[in-house]
Amino acid sequence: MNPSVEALRREFGDKIGRAVESCGDTFVYVERESAREVLAWLKDTSGQEYNYLIDVTAVEYRDPELPLEVVYLLFSLERKVQLCVKIALPKSEELLVDSVVPLWQGANWLEREVYDMFGITFRDHPDLRRILMWETYSEGHPLRKDFPLRGRLSRSEQVRRALHANPEAHYSMDELSIAEAFNDLPEDMRERLSRGERDAIPGLRGETENG
Amino acid sequence: MGVTPAQKVEAGDSTSLVTQVSPNWITTRLDFLVNWARSNSLWPMPFGTACCAIEFMATAASRFDLARFGMERMGYSPRQADVLICAGRLPFKLAPVIRRIYDQMPQPKWVISMGACASTGGIFDTYAMTQGIDTVVPVDVYVPGCPPRPEGLLYGILLLHKKIRGETMADEAVRQEPTLDPGSLMLPPEHVDELSEPFGNSVHQTRSA
Ligand code: SF4
Repeated sequence: MNPSVEALRREFGDKIGRAVESCGDTFVYVERESAREVLAWLKDTSGQEYNYLIDVTAVEYRDPELPLEVVYLLFSLERKVQLCVKIALPKSEELLVDSVVPLWQGANWLEREVYDMFGITFRDHPDLRRILMWETYSEGHPLRKDFPLRGRLSRSEQVRRALHANPEAHYSMDELSIAEAFNDLPEDMRERLSRGERDAIPGLRGETENG
Repeated sequence: MGVTPAQKVEAGDSTSLVTQVSPNWITTRLDFLVNWARSNSLWPMPFGTACCAIEFMATAASRFDLARFGMERMGYSPRQADVLICAGRLPFKLAPVIRRIYDQMPQPKWVISMGACASTGGIFDTYAMTQGIDTVVPVDVYVPGCPPRPEGLLYGILLLHKKIRGETMADEAVRQEPTLDPGSLMLPPEHVDELSEPFGNSVHQTRSA
């Protein structure tokens, strides 16, 4: 068992849930409300120094009773130790956790991916948009267990909507290499890029997202 | 969204005159010359999206050597390409992209669908993948395989040559390519649904819900 777990329990008491060791890796469950505080402590406290966020991801188990989990994989570059922090999100409650982008900039796209695939919202995320599916995608969050493998719509409708998506709108301005040339772009393109293309497909306005 | 009917390519008066008097010796000789030139200098527009593109590169490299067929110049600009080779799976997110590339290619243009994924969706019978690029752009030659060996792709290219050699200016129908409306389906929705039916092994895939 990673000694950080004991240190966490001393510092945060019952905000730290159970801890599991499996194949030499330690997994520790943390309460949702104090997660960011705990992660910040793990990052900045000397003796812990988990300064590298390897991945943010999520799990949904086959058993519908089990909660979803958000998984933070941490690594200490100084001490060469790995720790896995998990937050359990019961499905009956709102799927909401604090973003860790203020701690690790690299979490930005990772959290967007979790949002896109699982529908988990990250509070205070600077730019919480879909990242893999296009922004007008309205069939839900594909990695959820209740999502049918082939999507919810018929194939022809999927093709139709896909053809309507505007490839230029998949990126925000600062992701585009043309950001500097923004003012030289044609008027309509500037307008499209600056507002993104949510709701751009005819007949989709007002449709709520599934899942 | 409506279906775009295959629109007639605007034919000038001279073409219709040709159609009236042909086929005769002059037009068939001219056909032969034009088709010989076209089929031996097909400039490919490689649209490599996945693992098949590796095999496409092998086909272009020295051992198999696409240059033998006048194809060594990859037209990375669709405006200077004749044949779009889609090597790999086409996710829905790329569907508008390949449609735009196809629209930018000058006529006459051809499309080769390379590999199981490009032709049918392959093993990816999922929410993210078009089930065959023929639901998005018209396809001339399908090359099966996962991935097709370079010999397979070369055979597909030779089939395309054969197709091009059979074209004649007397028959306008073979030259008609649909003008596609951006955003509209190329085929009627029922056809898209039917083309996207599970193919091969994917019928037996486990599916939730
Ligand atoms: S057909 Fe096979 S090799 Fe080609 S893109 Fe699909 S999975 Fe890859």
